[in-house]
Amino acid sequence: MTIGLGHYLAVAAILFTLGILGIFLNRKNVIIIMMSIELILLAVNINLVAFSTFLGDLVGQVFALLVLTVAAAEAAIGLAILVVYFRNRGSIAVEDINLMKG
Amino acid sequence: MYQAIVFLPLLGCIVAGLIALAGARGRHPGGSPHAGPDDHAHGPTPESRPHGAPSLSGHAATIHPSHAEPAAPEPPAVGSREAELVTTALLFASMALSWIAFFYVGFGHHETRVPLLTWISSGNLHIDWALRVDTLTAVMLVVVTTVSALVHLYSIGYMDDDPHRPRFFAYLSLFTFFMLMLVTADNLAQLFFGWEGVGLMSYLLIGFWYQKPEANAAAIKAFLVNRVGDFGFALGIFAVFMMVGSIDFETVFAQAPALSGKTIHFLGHDVDALTLICLLLFMGAMGKSAQFLLHTWLPDAMEGPTPVSALIHAATMVTAGVFMVARLSPLFEAAPTAAAFVTFVGATTAFFAATVGLVQNDIKRVVAYSTCSQLGYMFVAMGVGAYSVGMYHLFTHAFFKALLFLGSGSVIRAMHHEQDMRLMGGLKDKIPLTYWTMVIGTLALTGFPLTAGYYSKDAIIEAAYVGKNPMALYGFILTVVAAALTAFYSWRLIFKTFHGEPHDRHHYEAAHESPLVMLIPLIVLAAGCVLAGRPVYEFFAGHEAGEFFRESLKMAPTILEDMHHIPLLVAQLPTVMMLIGFAVAYQYYIRRPDLPEELARNQELLYRFLLNKWYFDEIYDALIVNPTKRLGYILWKWGDGWVIDGFGPDGVSARVLDVTRSVVRLQTGYLYHYAFAMLIGVAALITWFMFAGAH
Repeated sequence: MTIGLGHYLAVAAILFTLGILGIFLNRKNVIIIMMSIELILLAVNINLVAFSTFLGDLVGQVFALLVLTVAAAEAAIGLAILVVYFRNRGSIAVEDINLMKG
Repeated sequence: MYQAIVFLPLLGCIVAGLIALAGARGRHPGGSPHAGPDDHAHGPTPESRPHGAPSLSGHAATIHPSHAEPAAPEPPAVGSREAELVTTALLFASMALSWIAFFYVGFGHHETRVPLLTWISSGNLHIDWALRVDTLTAVMLVVVTTVSALVHLYSIGYMDDDPHRPRFFAYLSLFTFFMLMLVTADNLAQLFFGWEGVGLMSYLLIGFWYQKPEANAAAIKAFLVNRVGDFGFALGIFAVFMMVGSIDFETVFAQAPALSGKTIHFLGHDVDALTLICLLLFMGAMGKSAQFLLHTWLPDAMEGPTPVSALIHAATMVTAGVFMVARLSPLFEAAPTAAAFVTFVGATTAFFAATVGLVQNDIKRVVAYSTCSQLGYMFVAMGVGAYSVGMYHLFTHAFFKALLFLGSGSVIRAMHHEQDMRLMGGLKDKIPLTYWTMVIGTLALTGFPLTAGYYSKDAIIEAAYVGKNPMALYGFILTVVAAALTAFYSWRLIFKTFHGEPHDRHHYEAAHESPLVMLIPLIVLAAGCVLAGRPVYEFFAGHEAGEFFRESLKMAPTILEDMHHIPLLVAQLPTVMMLIGFAVAYQYYIRRPDLPEELARNQELLYRFLLNKWYFDEIYDALIVNPTKRLGYILWKWGDGWVIDGFGPDGVSARVLDVTRSVVRLQTGYLYHYAFAMLIGVAALITWFMFAGAH
């Protein structure tokens, strides 16, 4: 069995769905939400790399590197916010973070 | 001079009113009057309380003791003394000028019209504000200012333990101003202005002790019943304007003869214009003068302070209806049907009120029904065309009825605000001066020979005897019967109050004569009861009447002449009736005090009927008041609560609130909800672009 584009895309789609579900089904921890976002970004990266390889266009891989960089920055900022948030409110449980409630 | 007569009381009112306002501010600097029961202090007021520096002591005193110790009297308003002096002095000045005007106009023949300003000028309607002073007005000026001045003086004594005296005197003076405005009116609108003004002051003064629920109820009742009459009055004014194109007295009177035979389309019928106008205007008079069917407010008005009863509900305001009919005599003379109706209502009232007066136990109510009855007499005279005779009775009645009321006030004060005659008795020796003045007043009221009432009442009965209209005989019979009833209830009042055994030892022992300031008005009025008799008889009901009143009244052609040619028996009949009434009262209340109760037991039904005032209040409650209340309740609960609040502005705003409330519930504040919404949104957008947006 040769591994074709469809398999890569299937893995990416599964990862993407896991990430989405991770955001919604998670009732515990904001960190898990951030990890789910990472998963989504990684799914996108897999798509980019797969298409880049199959189309022979390097721009896709360059773009994947850019996404990785942005994801790293985002994770850093997100964790920083989390730390500050924990200091202020003593909890990072998703249930407790409802300050925007109407 | 005439401006001074009219506007001096207004000046007094303004001064007293300002003092009252300043005092109110001093009591309640915050501006919110305290709601506790004021308990219009019957106890003596400590004179030592300083009159200055009100804000602190006054404020503290009104807030704290009201619930803790209700016996503690509220301190009198600051400047009470000044307000009393100013208003009373101005009223006496006005009275002096009125007497000058009386002689000047009545005997010097100087009728005049003093234009003040143009009031309304709109299309065809031109109304000047002017003072019309002729003999009729001059008589009323004298009556109003004299009684008012005496009542002011009397009130200084009577109200001396009341904390709200500046307000009281401001009201009294303002009332006098409106009354003077009414009697000096030059057109119907001005008359109506004064008319409504005195109605308003009557309301305010009946409800002067606004802490008492009965007083408030009585005030509202008086106002509402008067509204019924005023509605007719206003319609009458409109009808006059429609037919004549002016409401100026001169113009209207000049046009009156030309109006006979014309018709107005009213309520689907063509009715005689003059008759309709007079009946509508008379409806106003019925309300103001407490005539049969619209009389129910007057006895209840006795909830007000006694000086008010004397001034407004005996001597002046209630006679406004009589004055109005006299003023409009050219119209009523041209409308015989309306005049007959006037006689009918007057006679019915005279009889009806006298019967009710027989059994009442509240001293002021007896006098109130007596007033009602005497007003009926006046209308009988008006109806048969003897306008000057009616005015004569108005004139004398003002003296003796004010005297009786002020005397009752003196008794009530002596008995520590006890008004029930059953608890009085034997006061003759305790308060001799009050006793003797009230006896004089009673003699005058019952028509004892040589007193004022003898001349005026006999003149009315004679006029009814010779009157030409179809109701004259009815009027004659009922007034003669009422004369006997009058004598009975008047002497019953005297006997129960002043004679016999004291029924309340405690009050009896404490009874004391009133201060001089209250006795002087009694003595002056008692003198008036005699002097208003023979000395002025000729001018009102004798040969001089035509010369005295001249153009101000339009009398039935020969009625005064006929009055002097009646059988001797008829002329003496009222005196005989008076003696019968006196004898019966003497028998019942002096010789056999047990008889009245026995009679009441034997004639239970009749007694109940009279004691409950012919059940008029109950009938009105059942026919008008309760249906109105029910209608109001339905409109409140269904019309307002269900329809308007359900579907109107409140309903709309409630629906908006419902929507926002559910929208608000969407805002959970949870991060993943927002993220989910965002994702759904993105998915929807993409789907749309894929399937629809591509083309």
